[in-house]
Amino acid sequence: MTSTEKRIGNAASFVDERLGAARWVKKSLNKVFPDHWSFMLGEVCMYSFIILLLSGTFLTFWFDPSQRDVIYEGVYEPLKGLKMSAAYASTLDISFEVRGGLLMRQIHHWAANIFMAAIVAHLLRVFFTGAFRKPREFNWILGILLLTLGLVEGLLGYSLPDDLLSGTGLRITSAIIQAIPVVGTYISFFLFGGAFPGVGFIPRIFTLHILIIPGIFLAVITIHVMLVWYQKHTQFPGVGRTENNVVGHPILPVYMAKAGGFFFVVFGIIAFISAVASINPIWLYGPYTPGQISAGSQPDWYMGWLDGLVRMAPPLETHAFGHTISWNILIPAVIVPGIIFTGMALYPFIESWITGDKREHHLLDRPRNVPNRTALGVMSITFVMISLINGGNDILATNFDLSINQIMWFSRIGIFILPPLSFIITKRLCLSLQRADRELLLHGAETGRLLRLPHGEFVEVHAPISPEKAYLLQSHEQLVALEIEDVDGRGVRRPGALKNKLQRRLSKAHAVSVPKVTEQELKEIENH
Amino acid sequence: MSNELTPTDNSTPPQHAPRATDVNPVSEKRAEQQIAILFALSGIGSLLLIYSYIYVADDVFIFIPIMGDQNAQQLGIGLGMAMSLFFIGIAAIHWAKTLMPDKEIVNHRHEFRSSDEDRAELVQTVKEGVAGVALGRRKLIKRSLGAALGLFALPPVLLLRDLGPLPGKQLEQTNWKTGTRLLTDPGNRPILASDLEVGAVVQVLPAVDHPEERPLSDIAKDPVLLIRLRPEDFQLTPEKFAMTHEGIIAFSKICSHMGCAVALYEQQTKHLLCPCHQSTFDVTRGAKVIFGPAARPLPQLDITVDSEGYLVARAPFNEAVGPSFWERNSQ
Repeated sequence: MTSTEKRIGNAASFVDERLGAARWVKKSLNKVFPDHWSFMLGEVCMYSFIILLLSGTFLTFWFDPSQRDVIYEGVYEPLKGLKMSAAYASTLDISFEVRGGLLMRQIHHWAANIFMAAIVAHLLRVFFTGAFRKPREFNWILGILLLTLGLVEGLLGYSLPDDLLSGTGLRITSAIIQAIPVVGTYISFFLFGGAFPGVGFIPRIFTLHILIIPGIFLAVITIHVMLVWYQKHTQFPGVGRTENNVVGHPILPVYMAKAGGFFFVVFGIIAFISAVASINPIWLYGPYTPGQISAGSQPDWYMGWLDGLVRMAPPLETHAFGHTISWNILIPAVIVPGIIFTGMALYPFIESWITGDKREHHLLDRPRNVPNRTALGVMSITFVMISLINGGNDILATNFDLSINQIMWFSRIGIFILPPLSFIITKRLCLSLQRADRELLLHGAETGRLLRLPHGEFVEVHAPISPEKAYLLQSHEQLVALEIEDVDGRGVRRPGALKNKLQRRLSKAHAVSVPKVTEQELKEIENH
Repeated sequence: MSNELTPTDNSTPPQHAPRATDVNPVSEKRAEQQIAILFALSGIGSLLLIYSYIYVADDVFIFIPIMGDQNAQQLGIGLGMAMSLFFIGIAAIHWAKTLMPDKEIVNHRHEFRSSDEDRAELVQTVKEGVAGVALGRRKLIKRSLGAALGLFALPPVLLLRDLGPLPGKQLEQTNWKTGTRLLTDPGNRPILASDLEVGAVVQVLPAVDHPEERPLSDIAKDPVLLIRLRPEDFQLTPEKFAMTHEGIIAFSKICSHMGCAVALYEQQTKHLLCPCHQSTFDVTRGAKVIFGPAARPLPQLDITVDSEGYLVARAPFNEAVGPSFWERNSQ
């Protein structure tokens, strides 16, 4: 035994005698993580969160979260002598007088954008592959919670510098809060410490942004990752992979080296982008004053789709009994997002109700094999994309010389027509892909080699596919519609006829798929 | 399942072909060297960062195509940091992929559901615990507990009361009173009607005691846009026309939708456009909404001139300016 081994052994023994950790650690180090590029998306989320914590901590050392008026005396000439809040002045100082400060600000902002993008990509991966199914519904809900928290945290974060753009964002936020019936005005006054913009919001959102919400984030992310650990990761179907096993590389050393290395890669890429690409140059916007605004005011992209919905809302207000209800704000900014996020959180249960499937699932679906779900996902993406386009309608209009009114009308009509249309098209595409799979399994792969038969006919030669590929193409389950009778065995009408009808309809639509290849069919082909 | 294909042998994962580094000592050596080079590149990045931090002045700019002029110090620190991080990561991944064991292993899964015995025992334990508390029998404790918890919920809410003042009439009132002079913003100078030519647009604020010290919450509701047109351009009701002065019309600059500053005026069409959500107001028709999500015209300020010929408000706004709120009483 070398002396190093001996020292490590002694240390390990010291810990184990007190915690009995050897058994658990041994098991953990042999834990398997399946490999697939899309499983890295969740890692990107976690790593960019760590980067946000590190860069954010750096920024707090110089940032002064206060709305106190100061006269700017820093090095940035165009703003010298101007009255501004201490928050804005200290952000200027971080950008111009702290070495590496601008870099850290840009790392923080870029990491936030990448964090949100990775969350969305991760969510789509989990959705399209059915990874949210039993037993992982809790983790899906935690994920939706993290997405929602991310939206709020991002909004608060870019509001902190108190520049003209961020102040405009807060103005809109306060208008949304004011629009809430009965209590809205009071909530707005309490949050802002008076009539907008009040005197207290910078220190308040600072506390929320750097303490409360990151704390909740840390807790939820920890549970999220621990559940992945405890429930073991899902895997894509393939030879050797079943619902009862998990195949991949063990934590020590391969996964640890790859995942640890990947953290540095993500951090390195974010640092590179932040070194060369400017983001949120607040010194160009000037300090916030409610009487001014810059044309082309845009929120960050993850809020842009909500702003797009607000822009396309019809001009509807109700005035009655001395009260006002702003439907033009409530519908796009409160009601529709409420429905979307609640619907997302409940989706695993909705799907399981439709399919009647209450089993555990650890093998992932190929998106084409569940056409209805895939189509629903694409439909949602289409909805958000149209909203996002409309959120940038002024930028699009000026850059591409378009009419802003036409973009608005395109969005207003398109938001109702294009999502259902994309649903239908996606479902068709999925069924076509299923048919192509079936074709491939029955007749082999096209080789592009033409053969002329003795009687003059041309045929293309098909090559048999590998057993692994053949296995993959036949490994999914055939979707079956639920059979729900309106009357029970004794001819008595069952309660909830309408609910049954709905469930039967949805189940039938969900089960639309191309029949799988049977043994019989394969045999017939072989006999030809 | 009878007509489904039985999977090919599904018990073991397929064997991977050995990598070059597994069979060829030369490849193995080369991979080792590559990894060392990557780590060295990371070291160079760290040195670049240190060098830029200490020796590069903060007022040197470097031109980079597409990106434009970049601060050399920030760029050096950033690129150094990017290199030092990125190459550590790439080296570790390259190491894992070429030299660490390539063998996949299999773990087994077990159903998460607890056994029936465990479940039954849990139910028993809980029942016994609840029986020990016996809230069902001890009505007095149950009720007083409920009351105490209910009351306990109030103090935390009450303690937040001083977060802000009650709204009162603050959202309905501005600093525009009868006879308040219109001051230019910026500049705080009073305006003569003759200062404005046809087609001119000016932002004004009400004259107050200390115009330099206006709180932002006043600037969030007081700004007014003055626009001068030819009187015959207006298509207004007689009451609204009476609120103009020699073709000068005054609107609240705060959008009736969400409170942004309605700052874009299109000279030719005489439209005001809010840059936040593109609500468009027709100045000639009393800021009527002709496009976008705003539901109400911009409130119009009744203006006239005082004895010295300066523009003043004849009356306060006759409705609340800015976005709607529950207590807003609109006719």
